[in-house]
Amino acid sequence: MKLTVDGTEHELDIETDMPLLWVLRDELGLTGVKYGCGIAECGACMVHIDGQAVHSCQTLVGDVWGEVTTIHGLAAPGTLHAVQAAWVKHQVAQCGYCQSGQIMQAAALLAQTPDPTDQEIDDAMSMNLCRCGTYPRIRAAVRTAARTLQEGTQ
Amino acid sequence: MSRAGKIARRTFLTGSIATAGGVAFGVYMYRRPSANPLAAGLHEGEAALTPYVLIRPDGVTLITPRADLGQGAAHVQALLIAEELDIELDQVGLDPGPPSAAYYNTALSREALPFASTNESRLAETARSLMDAPIKFLGIQITGGSTTVPDGWQKLRVAGAVARETLKAAASLETGLPVSDLRTRGGAVLLPDGTRLPYTGLAARAAEIDPVTDVTLRDPSAWRLIGKPTMRSDITAKSTGQQLYGIDVTLPGMLFAALRTNPRQGGEMLGYDASRAETMRGVHKIVPVTGGVGVLADNSWRAMRAVEAIRIDWGPAPYRPHQGEHWRALENSFTDKRRDSRLRNDGDVDATLASTTPLEAEYRAPYLAHAPLEPMNATLQIKDGKVDIWTGTQIPRFVQKNVASVVGVKPAQVHVHVTMSGGSFGHRLEDMMVRRAAELAMQADGRPVKLTLSREEDMAHDYPRQIAMARGRGTVSGGHVQAFDLGIAMPSIMRSQMRRLGMPMMGADLQIVAGAWDQPFAIPDYRVSGYRAPDLAPISSWRSVGASTNGFFHESFLDELIHAAGADPLEERLRLCNHAPSRKVLETVGEMSDWGAPLPEGRARGIAFCLSFGTPCAEVVEVTVTESGIRIDKVHVAAEVGRVIDPVNFENQVQGGVIWGLGHAILAETTYDDGMAEQRNFDSFRFMRMYQCPEIIVRGLENDSRVRGIGEPPVPPAAPALANAIFAATGIRLRQMPFVRDMDFV
Ligand code: FES
Ligand code: FES
Repeated sequence: MKLTVDGTEHELDIETDMPLLWVLRDELGLTGVKYGCGIAECGACMVHIDGQAVHSCQTLVGDVWGEVTTIHGLAAPGTLHAVQAAWVKHQVAQCGYCQSGQIMQAAALLAQTPDPTDQEIDDAMSMNLCRCGTYPRIRAAVRTAARTLQEGTQ
Repeated sequence: MSRAGKIARRTFLTGSIATAGGVAFGVYMYRRPSANPLAAGLHEGEAALTPYVLIRPDGVTLITPRADLGQGAAHVQALLIAEELDIELDQVGLDPGPPSAAYYNTALSREALPFASTNESRLAETARSLMDAPIKFLGIQITGGSTTVPDGWQKLRVAGAVARETLKAAASLETGLPVSDLRTRGGAVLLPDGTRLPYTGLAARAAEIDPVTDVTLRDPSAWRLIGKPTMRSDITAKSTGQQLYGIDVTLPGMLFAALRTNPRQGGEMLGYDASRAETMRGVHKIVPVTGGVGVLADNSWRAMRAVEAIRIDWGPAPYRPHQGEHWRALENSFTDKRRDSRLRNDGDVDATLASTTPLEAEYRAPYLAHAPLEPMNATLQIKDGKVDIWTGTQIPRFVQKNVASVVGVKPAQVHVHVTMSGGSFGHRLEDMMVRRAAELAMQADGRPVKLTLSREEDMAHDYPRQIAMARGRGTVSGGHVQAFDLGIAMPSIMRSQMRRLGMPMMGADLQIVAGAWDQPFAIPDYRVSGYRAPDLAPISSWRSVGASTNGFFHESFLDELIHAAGADPLEERLRLCNHAPSRKVLETVGEMSDWGAPLPEGRARGIAFCLSFGTPCAEVVEVTVTESGIRIDKVHVAAEVGRVIDPVNFENQVQGGVIWGLGHAILAETTYDDGMAEQRNFDSFRFMRMYQCPEIIVRGLENDSRVRGIGEPPVPPAAPALANAIFAATGIRLRQMPFVRDMDFV
């Protein structure tokens, strides 16, 4: 089976019903993608498939329809995506375990909705759980990232 | 203070940790500095200046032995050392260090004594200093009780200063210049002509001389780091997927393991049939362990799928199986026989209650899982008589000892590498899962084994927060609160936890009344009694421990009485408060929230206060009644901590604590049926998400001379402040968590 992840094509001999999450973590060593619940409730496992945010724990590898982007491939090596830069600036993370998923969700939101309302931010980001309670900082960081991205495109 | 005199002798020796071994001997051992655990691993040209500073030719490493669970502990510990060492945070590496008696936690034992933290009497102070000795003697290296900062405040700055002065002495020997001519900055000793001698180059010389221990700590006016916003060293890694947690440990030849043990906690496995699992792809071995069975495979998912395919016959729960029986046990525990403590008994409560019809109320708080987002995991390799363990833990010394006994080796042969944790909230004060992982690794022929619990397996074995109940009776007179009598019943958290760690638990369990008996109020007739319910489901410390339930009970009932008296909830608390720093906290939160200013129809404020872990914290919650339920708009928080070490991390911790308190209060509970926790994933164990998260405005006060922690204190006032706001808005008094049972939230 072929799978393209973060721009690299892999040839894999695995079951088609293995969740993408475990292919990424255990077969490809992309451990920035996190396991939290396995049932599409927490969002820690979020990746993009052709730019769309999906729960990799509930996506079977055989059903992957496009190129996969993980937190490791969101920005070019050695650089930060605007969302990541905003996460650093606001020092969002506590334990940080949910943050790969939060960042992937926020990046997908801003790609589709460059100037989201507070309501749109809350709606999209409510897909992701943070047990440490970093929501106020996530809100602020999403707004900062939206501004940076808009300035960049003007 | 008279309160201290009423404490029975047996409680004097108590606490959360038994003081076996005798105080005198303990004191003797205590006076000898603990051996420096870094000394053994040094090579030529390296120096371990105090157990906290390691200097090698290629860099400086600061040792941060309190576990980083996401609360920024590593950063804060490093900051305190670096302040005195004159080095920048981006010039050092951080390492949790080996488990060692040198890293004992004295602040934790101090707060375990039966003196309110506001009590600074001689007796209380003497007791606190006596307690230091046995804790150090036992070498208890624990992260918990919001003690990282109070414990390290002096110790870590001294460690930095000792290292700095020793490096100066080394530079003096090297150059022949007197120490008084030398300065330090940016990780180097500066000579009068401006020449920089980096610390790394002085390590060899520093290692040869005795450490300079006669040091003076800097005046606050000279601080570069303390109190200033700094960038946490783990932030970039945690924003790019680069941070490695225990669950990410990968070693050559490693096997991946999954586990199922009896969801009736502590129950046996009567039998199992793994015939299907054995044939599944990637399965290497089926391994029975204590109370269950594990699978070793070549991938976590294959291991989890195979372990699910095993048919298992579970034995009964060693406790009452049904939730209803647990509540009944609490209801029946308000008896003289079960009375565990009565540390607060002012005035004449019985006489006042008898003189009129008292107001009565009953409150309940459920079991709650810790459920940090990273499921429990441990990686072990057992090879050539040596055991290596990689895991996120708050109790590395217990892990070392307990795994040694499972494997049958000496603790010295067990090496614990503490990893970054994806949250804990008290969950990592337990090590059963690591012991099971050791049983699996023993069957792996020397190969490393990473055990990852599925979310369901983790939550089935989460020793949850205590279930608790309270009954209040009180009276008011002349517009004021006159009598306040609160009884609290819960099983003993400390007994449950200590038993699993193989330690005796003596005396009263102060957690049964923590956050209630020790509040700084001068109510004329004021009594708080703790009742120890029989052991039910095994329980453990959960962020803010006893105060997580007791703050809700105390502050809800006080609010009920204040409303019955017709008084203002803030004014009356201020009138009753007899502790200056706590008054200031209440006044501040009043100012911040514009308390008393009128609000539009359908909106209201509620206030609550709790002094826990020595930190007074007050919160005002503002809510709006909407057509589809209550909306939590805003929370103002003020807390007195003596010193805010890093304002960014401080704010993040307080906001997280408030969300923790509110999120569970409205939504979450763990219940038991047939001896098993019913909520085993985040679909049924619900928690606040962003759309429900209020704006949270934080202020840290620095009026007290003692430095306090902030990880837990914002939790206890959150639930009662919300319930009090909902009462103000609707007239409905919520006396049972989770509130969603009685009310909708948007
Ligand atoms: S692990 Fe996929 S949503 Fe939680
Ligand atoms: S930062 Fe810990 S779960 Fe979000």
